[in-house]
Amino acid sequence: MNRTQAPHIKDAVEFDLKLKPYQSFSLDNGVPVYAVDAGAQEVLQLELVFYAGNWFEQQKSVASATNYLLKNGTTTKTAFQLNEEFEYYGAYCNRSCYNETAVVSLSSLSKHLPALLPVIREMITDSVFSSAELDIYKQNTKQRLTVNLKKSDFVAARLSDAYLFGEDHPYGKYTNAADIDALDDSLLKEYFRQYYLNGRCVIFVSGKLPADLQQQLNHSFGDLNIKAFDNKLPVIHALPAAEKKYRIQNDPDGVQGAIRIARSFPNRHHPDFMKVMVLNTVLGGFFGSRLMANIREDKGYTYGIHSYVQNHIQQSAWVISTDAGRDVCEATIEEVYKEMKILREENIEEDELMLVRNYLVGTILGDLDGPFHIMGRWKNLVLNNLTESYFYDSVKTIKTISAGELKALANKYLVPEDFYELVVI
Amino acid sequence: MIQFERFSLDNGLTVLVHQDKSTPMAVVNVLYDVGARDEVPDKTGFAHLFEHLMFGGSVNIPVYDEPLQLAGGENNAFTTNDLTNYYCQLPAENLETAFWLESDRMLSLAFSKKSLEVQRKVVCEEFKEHYINKPYGDVWHKMRELAYTTHPYRWMTIGKELSHVENATLDDVKAFFRKHYNPSNAILVVAGNVTVEEVKRLAEKWFGPIPAGEKYQRNLPPEPKQTEARSATVKTNVPLDALYKCWHIYPRTDMRYYTADLITEILSGGGSSRLYQSLVKEKQLFSNIECYHLGSTDAGLLTIEGKLVKGVKMEEAEAAVNEELIKLQQEGISQRELDKVKNKTESMIAFEDMSISSRAASLAIYELLGDANLINTELDRYRAVTAEEIQNESKIIFDERNSNTLYYYSNN
Repeated sequence: MNRTQAPHIKDAVEFDLKLKPYQSFSLDNGVPVYAVDAGAQEVLQLELVFYAGNWFEQQKSVASATNYLLKNGTTTKTAFQLNEEFEYYGAYCNRSCYNETAVVSLSSLSKHLPALLPVIREMITDSVFSSAELDIYKQNTKQRLTVNLKKSDFVAARLSDAYLFGEDHPYGKYTNAADIDALDDSLLKEYFRQYYLNGRCVIFVSGKLPADLQQQLNHSFGDLNIKAFDNKLPVIHALPAAEKKYRIQNDPDGVQGAIRIARSFPNRHHPDFMKVMVLNTVLGGFFGSRLMANIREDKGYTYGIHSYVQNHIQQSAWVISTDAGRDVCEATIEEVYKEMKILREENIEEDELMLVRNYLVGTILGDLDGPFHIMGRWKNLVLNNLTESYFYDSVKTIKTISAGELKALANKYLVPEDFYELVVI
Repeated sequence: MIQFERFSLDNGLTVLVHQDKSTPMAVVNVLYDVGARDEVPDKTGFAHLFEHLMFGGSVNIPVYDEPLQLAGGENNAFTTNDLTNYYCQLPAENLETAFWLESDRMLSLAFSKKSLEVQRKVVCEEFKEHYINKPYGDVWHKMRELAYTTHPYRWMTIGKELSHVENATLDDVKAFFRKHYNPSNAILVVAGNVTVEEVKRLAEKWFGPIPAGEKYQRNLPPEPKQTEARSATVKTNVPLDALYKCWHIYPRTDMRYYTADLITEILSGGGSSRLYQSLVKEKQLFSNIECYHLGSTDAGLLTIEGKLVKGVKMEEAEAAVNEELIKLQQEGISQRELDKVKNKTESMIAFEDMSISSRAASLAIYELLGDANLINTELDRYRAVTAEEIQNESKIIFDERNSNTLYYYSNN
C-alpha cells in the first residue's frame, strides 16, 4: 500500500445538488406558509417572521425591546406562566430581532404543537408590555451592554457598521445606555400594534410535520389581522463615513486588537454577488483560505482570520475580521492588503480553484442535511426576494467561474482605497 | 433508537458504524482517550496544543486540510479535560479520503518544527482571545484552582499559563504522540451513507497495519473529599460584580450524575426556572444567573454564576442564592416540576440527534464511557430519577462544606 497516494475521489463538482422543494399554502388572511416535511427525529421548528425589525423604528432599540418582551406577559399570563407553558413541554420559544425582520420561533417535539400554538397566538395578539417588565429588561440590557463594551471585538463590530452605513441607518446604528433609558411602554405598545397586530408576516415550518398542519396553523393564525409579507420596504439611504482609517483605544490593558477591514458591497440581486462568494472563499472564507494560510498558519499572528459578505437584504458589506496580538495588528493589516494585491495581479491556479469549487459544493451538500438546514436555505431565498433559480445559479457559478473572472472581480472590489480600516485595542 | 455496529481490529482499534441512508454525507470521527487531565502540572495545555499539531502534516501526507477540501470535506476538532475528538464530514463517495488522512496521522505525524513554532503562537493568541482579553475570562482558571487541590481538573484545557505552551519542545510533542496516539487509545466512528462491509474493508486496509502501541494506563490522583468551605476574592477591571459558586458532584457514569444534571435544570433551565424567577425577576438582585455543570468524566463541578445588579451587595446576593438552595433542600420539588425537566431532557436529546456529526461524536464519547449504547438508554436514566432523590442529593451537594465561592468584584 502506498500511503503517499491519495485515494481516487469523485470531484465534488460532479455532484448534482438538489434543494428539496417546499410545500406552500396561505392562511385565510393571506399569510404565506412554507413547509419542509423531512427528518427522522420527531421534532419541528416553526418561525413566524414579521416585518418588525429595526428598519421600522423611529427611536433606537424599540424594535428589539418589543420583540424581546413578547414573552413577558399577556392579559391572562405572566412572563413566568408563558415560560412555563413552553418549558413544561420541553419546548423552546425564542425571539430574535434583525434589521428588516423580527422573529418568534418555536422548537418542539412535533407532538406538542397543538398545545403550544395557542400560547404563541396569545403572545402575538395579547402582549401587555408592562412597565415593570420593561424596567427589568432595561436594567439587565444595560448591564449586558457595559460588559460587552469592554470587549474589543464588540466595539469594533459596531463602529465598523456605523462607518459603512452611517449611524442613522438600520445596518449602522447601535445602542447606547441612553437609548435604553429612553424606552417607555407606550412606544412598545404602539410598535406592537403597528408591526405585529397589524403587521406583515410569513411563516416557515420544518421537521416532522403533522398531517393537519395547515388546519392547525390556520386555526391559530388565520383569523388574525396580519397581512402577507410583501418584500417591500421603505427606502433608507446609507450615509457612509468620509474618513476611512481608525485606531481606537478601548482598554489600555488589552493584549489583542480587534481588526475590521470592510467595504460596501451590493446585495444578492447584483450579478457580481454569487461570483464574489467564490472569490471571498479564496480570500478568507474557509480554513484553507489565503488569509488563514498566511496570517495564522504561516505567521501565527492570530487564532483565526475570516472574510465574509454580510447577510443583509438591502445592501451589504465585504468584511475581513480578526483578533490579532497587540504588537502585530499593523503587520496583519499589511498582509491583508498584500493578499488583495496578489488576487488583483495573479490568476488563481487551477489546483486551488478546483479545491475551492469542491470545498464549496461539498459544504452545500453537507449543509442540506436535515429539514432545518433545508428550510434555512429557502428562508434566505424568500426573505431576499429570490427564487429557486438563485440556488442553482450559485452552484453553477461555483462550478464554472474562471480564474480570469475572479481576477477581474478582485480588481473591481479588492481595492484598498475602498476599504474602511479599524483597530480597537 | 440509534442503531450501530461495533467491531475491533487486531491492533485494538474499536470501530463503530452508524448507517443513515437519508444523507449523502459520511462522517469519520476519531476520538483519542487523552485530555488535559493527562498532562503533568508543569506542562499544561499540551493536549490542546497537540490537537493543533495534528493538522500540521503526517508522515506520508504533507498537508491534512487540502486533500480533504478537494474531496468536498470539512473538518474540525476539540479538546476537553477528558478527551480529544477529531471529525471530518465529506460526500460519502469520497469516504476513503478520510480513512487515508486519519490513518496516516494515527500512524505518525511529520513533527515539523515550523508547525510547532507557528501553532505555539496561534494557541497563545487563542489563550489571549478567550481568557485574557475578555472581561471575566480568567474565572475558570481561578475557580479550578480553588475547587481542586489534587485532581488535574485543577487546570483548564488551554493551559495554566502561556509559558507552558510557549516552552513546548518537539521532544515533548513526540513523547506525547507515542504515549497517547495509537489504535489502543482510540475509537473510530463512521456514520452516514455507508455500509458496515465497506467500513470494515477500509478500516482493515488503512488502520489495520498501524502498530497497536501501548495502552495508556490512566492513574490520576483522586480529589480528596472537600471538608470545609473555600472562597477567594478577586477585585479587577470588570464593569460588574459577579458571584461564582461551585460544588463537587459525581463522575459521569455514576447514577447520581443524572440527578445532579436535573437539579441544574430545575434551578436555571429557562425563564420558568427557580433562580431566574426568584433572583432576576422577583428580587432583581442579578441581571443574569445560570446553573450548569460541564459533564466531565471524573467528578465535576455544579456551578451557579451570576452578575449582580449594580448597587446590590455581594452578601445579599449570596444569601438569596443560599435561600433558594435551602428551599430546595427542605421542600423538594413538585411532580410537575420533575415532569418539566424530564420533558426538556427528552426534547434536548431529540434535537441533539438531528445531525450525523453529533450522533457520531456522541457514540464515540459514550463508547469511551464504557458502552456506545448509552446513547439509547440515557433518557431512561433521566426518567428514573425521583423527586425524593433530587431533594436528597440537593442536601448532599449543596452542603456548605462542599462549596467553593469566588467573589469577583469590579474595581470601577
